[in-house]
Amino acid sequence: MRIDLNGAPVTTTARTLAALLAEHGFDAASVATALNGQFVPRSARDATALEDGVKVEVLSPMQGG
Amino acid sequence: MFYGAELNCRLMLGTAQYPSPQILREAIAASGTEVITVSLRREGYGGSAFREILHECGCRILPNTAGCHTVREAVTTAQMARELFGTNWIKLEVIGHADTLQPDPFALVEAARILCAEGFQVFPYTTEDLIVGERLLEAGCHVLMPWGAPIGSGQGLRNIEGLRTMRAHFPGVPLVIDAGIGAPSQAMAAMELGFDAVLLNTAVAKALDPVAMARSFGQAIAAGRAAFQAGLMPRRDFAEASTPIFGRAVLA
Repeated sequence: MRIDLNGAPVTTTARTLAALLAEHGFDAASVATALNGQFVPRSARDATALEDGVKVEVLSPMQGG
Repeated sequence: MFYGAELNCRLMLGTAQYPSPQILREAIAASGTEVITVSLRREGYGGSAFREILHECGCRILPNTAGCHTVREAVTTAQMARELFGTNWIKLEVIGHADTLQPDPFALVEAARILCAEGFQVFPYTTEDLIVGERLLEAGCHVLMPWGAPIGSGQGLRNIEGLRTMRAHFPGVPLVIDAGIGAPSQAMAAMELGFDAVLLNTAVAKALDPVAMARSFGQAIAAGRAAFQAGLMPRRDFAEASTPIFGRAVLA
Protein backbone atom coordinates (compact mmCIF):
# COMPACT_ATOMS: atom_id res chain seq x y z
CA MET A 1 0.00 0.00 0.00
CA ARG A 2 1.02 3.62 -0.39
CA ILE A 3 1.28 5.81 2.66
CA ASP A 4 2.80 9.12 3.62
CA LEU A 5 5.84 8.82 5.91
CA ASN A 6 7.22 12.06 7.32
CA GLY A 7 5.82 13.95 4.38
CA ALA A 8 7.14 11.62 1.68
CA PRO A 9 5.06 9.08 -0.27
CA VAL A 10 6.30 5.52 0.34
CA THR A 11 5.15 2.07 -0.70
CA THR A 12 5.17 -0.45 2.11
CA THR A 13 4.26 -4.05 2.83
CA ALA A 14 4.04 -3.33 6.57
CA ARG A 15 0.59 -3.90 8.06
CA THR A 16 1.22 -2.22 11.41
CA LEU A 17 2.96 0.91 12.63
CA ALA A 18 5.52 -1.24 14.47
CA ALA A 19 6.30 -3.15 11.28
CA LEU A 20 6.67 0.09 9.34
CA LEU A 21 9.26 1.39 11.82
CA ALA A 22 11.21 -1.87 11.54
CA GLU A 23 10.97 -1.83 7.75
CA HIS A 24 12.51 1.64 7.62
CA GLY A 25 15.18 0.98 10.22
CA PHE A 26 13.94 3.38 12.87
CA ASP A 27 15.19 2.87 16.41
CA ALA A 28 11.78 2.23 17.93
CA ALA A 29 12.84 3.28 21.42
CA SER A 30 14.10 6.71 20.40
CA VAL A 31 11.22 7.97 18.27
CA ALA A 32 7.64 9.07 18.91
CA THR A 33 4.86 8.34 16.45
CA ALA A 34 1.61 9.83 15.23
CA LEU A 35 -0.94 8.51 12.76
CA ASN A 36 -3.15 10.99 10.93
CA GLY A 37 -2.30 13.65 13.50
CA GLN A 38 -3.07 11.49 16.54
CA PHE A 39 -0.36 10.38 18.94
CA VAL A 40 0.24 6.62 18.97
CA PRO A 41 2.00 5.49 22.16
CA ARG A 42 4.88 3.03 21.87
CA SER A 43 2.78 0.30 23.48
CA ALA A 44 0.07 0.66 20.83
CA ARG A 45 2.24 0.49 17.71
CA ASP A 46 1.92 -3.29 17.34
CA ALA A 47 -1.84 -3.09 17.36
CA THR A 48 -2.08 -0.02 15.13
CA ALA A 49 -2.99 -1.14 11.62
CA LEU A 50 -1.97 0.87 8.57
CA GLU A 51 -4.38 1.66 5.77
CA ASP A 52 -3.82 3.02 2.33
CA GLY A 53 -3.17 6.75 2.36
CA VAL A 54 -2.52 7.21 6.09
CA LYS A 55 -0.09 9.89 7.20
CA VAL A 56 2.58 8.72 9.61
CA GLU A 57 4.91 11.02 11.51
CA VAL A 58 8.05 9.65 13.18
CA LEU A 59 9.71 12.28 15.35
CA SER A 60 12.88 12.42 17.41
CA PRO A 61 14.61 14.92 19.70
CA MET A 62 15.89 18.01 17.99
CA GLN A 63 17.55 21.26 19.06
CA GLY A 64 14.91 23.78 20.09
CA GLY A 65 14.41 27.10 21.84
CA MET B 1 9.18 27.03 42.23
CA PHE B 2 8.34 25.32 38.93
CA TYR B 3 5.94 22.46 39.57
CA GLY B 4 7.87 21.52 42.69
CA ALA B 5 11.31 21.80 41.11
CA GLU B 6 13.67 24.10 42.97
CA LEU B 7 16.38 25.45 40.70
CA ASN B 8 19.67 27.03 41.74
CA CYS B 9 20.09 28.69 38.35
CA ARG B 10 17.33 30.88 36.97
CA LEU B 11 18.43 30.75 33.36
CA MET B 12 16.66 28.33 31.04
CA LEU B 13 18.59 27.79 27.85
CA GLY B 14 17.46 26.85 24.36
CA THR B 15 19.56 24.38 22.39
CA ALA B 16 19.03 25.52 18.78
CA GLN B 17 21.25 27.35 16.29
CA TYR B 18 24.66 26.72 17.92
CA PRO B 19 27.67 26.51 15.62
CA SER B 20 28.39 22.92 16.71
CA PRO B 21 27.27 20.28 19.22
CA GLN B 22 30.51 20.83 21.14
CA ILE B 23 29.83 24.55 21.54
CA LEU B 24 26.31 23.76 22.68
CA ARG B 25 27.71 21.36 25.27
CA GLU B 26 30.17 23.98 26.54
CA ALA B 27 27.56 26.75 26.54
CA ILE B 28 25.21 24.68 28.69
CA ALA B 29 28.01 24.07 31.18
CA ALA B 30 29.23 27.69 31.20
CA SER B 31 25.73 29.12 31.72
CA GLY B 32 25.10 27.05 34.82
CA THR B 33 21.60 26.28 33.54
CA GLU B 34 19.64 23.35 34.94
CA VAL B 35 16.84 23.45 32.35
CA ILE B 36 17.27 23.19 28.60
CA THR B 37 14.57 23.36 25.97
CA VAL B 38 14.36 20.89 23.12
CA SER B 39 12.05 20.21 20.23
CA LEU B 40 10.74 17.36 18.10
CA ARG B 41 11.36 17.02 14.41
CA ARG B 42 11.08 14.35 11.78
CA GLU B 43 13.59 11.58 12.41
CA GLY B 44 16.60 11.89 10.16
CA TYR B 45 17.17 15.61 10.60
CA GLY B 46 18.72 15.40 14.05
CA GLY B 47 21.83 13.63 15.19
CA SER B 48 22.93 11.14 17.78
CA ALA B 49 25.38 13.78 19.08
CA PHE B 50 22.42 15.80 20.30
CA ARG B 51 20.90 12.85 22.13
CA GLU B 52 24.21 12.30 23.89
CA ILE B 53 24.27 15.92 25.05
CA LEU B 54 20.77 15.56 26.46
CA HIS B 55 21.82 12.55 28.47
CA GLU B 56 25.17 13.77 29.73
CA CYS B 57 24.40 17.42 30.61
CA GLY B 58 22.27 16.43 33.60
CA CYS B 59 19.73 19.18 32.91
CA ARG B 60 15.99 18.90 33.19
CA ILE B 61 14.46 18.73 29.74
CA LEU B 62 11.72 21.18 28.83
CA PRO B 63 10.32 20.04 25.48
CA ASN B 64 8.54 22.65 23.40
CA THR B 65 5.75 22.67 20.86
CA ALA B 66 7.54 25.19 18.66
CA GLY B 67 6.09 25.61 15.22
CA CYS B 68 2.59 24.47 16.20
CA HIS B 69 -0.21 26.72 14.97
CA THR B 70 -3.27 24.76 16.12
CA VAL B 71 -4.53 23.19 19.34
CA ARG B 72 -4.42 19.74 17.80
CA GLU B 73 -0.83 20.06 16.58
CA ALA B 74 0.31 21.33 19.96
CA VAL B 75 -1.51 18.62 21.93
CA THR B 76 -0.20 15.80 19.72
CA THR B 77 3.34 17.20 19.85
CA ALA B 78 3.15 17.43 23.65
CA GLN B 79 1.97 13.83 23.90
CA MET B 80 4.82 12.66 21.67
CA ALA B 81 7.34 14.69 23.66
CA ARG B 82 6.15 13.25 26.95
CA GLU B 83 6.81 9.73 25.75
CA LEU B 84 10.15 10.58 24.18
CA PHE B 85 11.63 12.60 27.05
CA GLY B 86 9.83 10.97 29.98
CA THR B 87 8.69 14.27 31.48
CA ASN B 88 5.35 15.93 32.13
CA TRP B 89 6.91 19.34 31.50
CA ILE B 90 5.90 21.03 28.27
CA LYS B 91 6.67 24.49 27.00
CA LEU B 92 3.42 25.18 25.24
CA GLU B 93 3.70 27.38 22.17
CA VAL B 94 0.72 27.89 19.90
CA ILE B 95 1.80 30.42 17.33
CA GLY B 96 -0.85 32.77 16.04
CA HIS B 97 1.07 34.71 13.46
CA ALA B 98 3.90 33.48 11.22
CA ASP B 99 5.71 36.83 11.03
CA THR B 100 5.55 38.02 14.63
CA LEU B 101 5.49 34.50 16.14
CA GLN B 102 2.99 36.00 18.55
CA PRO B 103 1.10 33.40 20.61
CA ASP B 104 -2.53 32.70 19.75
CA PRO B 105 -4.03 33.25 23.21
CA PHE B 106 -7.34 31.54 22.44
CA ALA B 107 -5.77 28.35 21.13
CA LEU B 108 -3.15 28.53 23.88
CA VAL B 109 -5.76 28.47 26.65
CA GLU B 110 -7.66 25.63 24.97
CA ALA B 111 -4.52 23.53 24.50
CA ALA B 112 -3.41 24.26 28.07
CA ARG B 113 -6.76 23.07 29.41
CA ILE B 114 -6.50 19.77 27.50
CA LEU B 115 -2.89 19.15 28.49
CA CYS B 116 -3.33 20.04 32.18
CA ALA B 117 -6.25 17.60 32.33
CA GLU B 118 -3.94 14.92 30.93
CA GLY B 119 -1.43 15.51 33.71
CA PHE B 120 1.01 17.72 31.87
CA GLN B 121 2.85 20.46 33.73
CA VAL B 122 2.44 23.30 31.29
CA PHE B 123 4.78 26.27 30.76
CA PRO B 124 2.69 28.45 28.44
CA TYR B 125 4.40 30.95 26.15
CA THR B 126 2.06 33.92 26.41
CA THR B 127 1.96 37.71 26.30
CA GLU B 128 1.79 40.11 29.25
CA ASP B 129 -2.02 40.18 28.94
CA LEU B 130 -3.45 39.77 32.44
CA ILE B 131 -6.74 38.17 31.43
CA VAL B 132 -5.01 35.56 29.28
CA GLY B 133 -2.76 34.87 32.25
CA GLU B 134 -5.77 34.36 34.50
CA ARG B 135 -7.39 32.01 31.99
CA LEU B 136 -4.18 29.98 31.78
CA LEU B 137 -4.09 29.64 35.57
CA GLU B 138 -7.75 28.59 35.56
CA ALA B 139 -6.85 25.99 32.93
CA GLY B 140 -4.39 24.47 35.39
CA CYS B 141 -1.06 26.13 34.59
CA HIS B 142 1.13 26.92 37.62
CA VAL B 143 3.68 28.91 35.63
CA LEU B 144 3.32 31.70 33.06
CA MET B 145 5.92 32.62 30.46
CA PRO B 146 5.32 36.09 29.05
CA TRP B 147 7.40 37.23 26.11
CA GLY B 148 9.91 40.03 26.45
CA ALA B 149 9.74 40.73 22.72
CA PRO B 150 9.07 38.67 19.57
CA ILE B 151 11.03 35.39 19.42
CA GLY B 152 14.58 35.83 18.18
CA SER B 153 14.28 39.62 17.92
CA GLY B 154 16.72 40.52 20.69
CA GLN B 155 14.67 43.61 21.53
CA GLY B 156 14.58 42.94 25.26
CA LEU B 157 11.67 43.94 27.48
CA ARG B 158 9.53 45.76 24.94
CA ASN B 159 6.67 46.56 27.31
CA ILE B 160 8.44 46.91 30.61
CA GLU B 161 5.53 48.68 32.33
CA GLY B 162 3.14 45.95 31.20
CA LEU B 163 5.51 43.30 32.55
CA ARG B 164 5.82 45.21 35.83
CA THR B 165 2.02 45.20 36.11
CA MET B 166 1.92 41.49 35.35
CA ARG B 167 4.47 40.77 38.07
CA ALA B 168 2.37 42.73 40.57
CA HIS B 169 -0.87 41.08 39.43
CA PHE B 170 0.35 37.50 39.91
CA PRO B 171 2.43 37.74 43.10
CA GLY B 172 2.58 34.03 43.91
CA VAL B 173 2.86 32.66 40.38
CA PRO B 174 6.26 31.73 38.93
CA LEU B 175 6.78 33.99 35.91
CA VAL B 176 9.45 33.34 33.30
CA ILE B 177 10.44 35.85 30.66
CA ASP B 178 10.53 33.81 27.48
CA ALA B 179 11.70 35.15 24.15
CA GLY B 180 13.10 38.38 22.78
CA ILE B 181 16.06 38.79 25.14
CA GLY B 182 19.17 39.99 23.32
CA ALA B 183 21.63 41.10 26.01
CA PRO B 184 22.53 40.10 29.57
CA SER B 185 21.49 43.58 30.78
CA GLN B 186 17.95 42.90 29.55
CA ALA B 187 17.82 39.55 31.35
CA MET B 188 19.14 41.23 34.47
CA ALA B 189 16.44 43.90 34.24
CA ALA B 190 13.80 41.17 34.10
CA MET B 191 15.22 39.59 37.23
CA GLU B 192 15.37 42.95 39.02
CA LEU B 193 11.65 43.35 38.26
CA GLY B 194 11.06 40.17 40.23
CA PHE B 195 10.59 37.64 37.45
CA ASP B 196 11.51 34.15 38.53
CA ALA B 197 13.61 33.09 35.55
CA VAL B 198 14.55 33.94 31.98
CA LEU B 199 14.42 31.59 29.02
CA LEU B 200 16.53 32.46 25.99
CA ASN B 201 18.30 30.87 23.07
CA THR B 202 19.29 33.06 20.13
CA ALA B 203 21.20 35.65 22.18
CA VAL B 204 23.62 32.94 23.25
CA ALA B 205 23.64 30.74 20.16
CA LYS B 206 24.23 33.63 17.74
CA ALA B 207 26.85 35.45 19.83
CA LEU B 208 30.36 35.62 18.42
CA ASP B 209 31.45 33.46 21.37
CA PRO B 210 28.40 31.53 22.58
CA VAL B 211 30.20 29.95 25.52
CA ALA B 212 31.34 33.30 26.93
CA MET B 213 27.90 34.78 26.31
CA ALA B 214 26.23 31.87 28.10
CA ARG B 215 28.45 32.54 31.10
CA SER B 216 27.61 36.26 30.96
CA PHE B 217 23.88 35.56 30.96
CA GLY B 218 24.24 33.19 33.90
CA GLN B 219 26.07 35.86 35.88
CA ALA B 220 23.66 38.66 34.90
CA ILE B 221 20.63 36.61 35.87
CA ALA B 222 22.16 35.65 39.22
CA ALA B 223 23.05 39.30 39.87
CA GLY B 224 19.57 40.51 38.90
CA ARG B 225 17.96 37.98 41.21
CA ALA B 226 20.24 38.96 44.10
CA ALA B 227 19.45 42.64 43.46
CA PHE B 228 15.71 41.96 43.53
CA GLN B 229 16.03 40.12 46.82
CA ALA B 230 18.18 42.92 48.23
CA GLY B 231 15.40 45.41 47.46
CA LEU B 232 16.06 48.22 45.00
CA MET B 233 15.87 51.81 46.20
CA PRO B 234 12.81 53.78 45.15
CA ARG B 235 13.24 55.98 42.11
CA ARG B 236 13.19 59.76 42.70
CA ASP B 237 12.41 62.59 40.34
CA PHE B 238 15.03 64.93 41.82
CA ALA B 239 18.56 64.74 43.15
CA GLU B 240 19.18 64.09 46.81
CA ALA B 241 22.70 64.48 48.16
CA SER B 242 24.14 61.20 49.37
CA THR B 243 26.87 62.86 51.45
CA PRO B 244 25.46 64.22 54.75
CA ILE B 245 25.03 67.99 55.05
CA PHE B 246 25.66 67.82 58.81
CA GLY B 247 29.16 68.91 59.82
CA ARG B 248 29.95 70.58 56.56
CA ALA B 249 32.78 73.16 56.81
CA VAL B 250 32.18 76.81 55.99
CA LEU B 251 34.95 77.71 53.58
CA ALA B 252 33.36 80.40 51.49
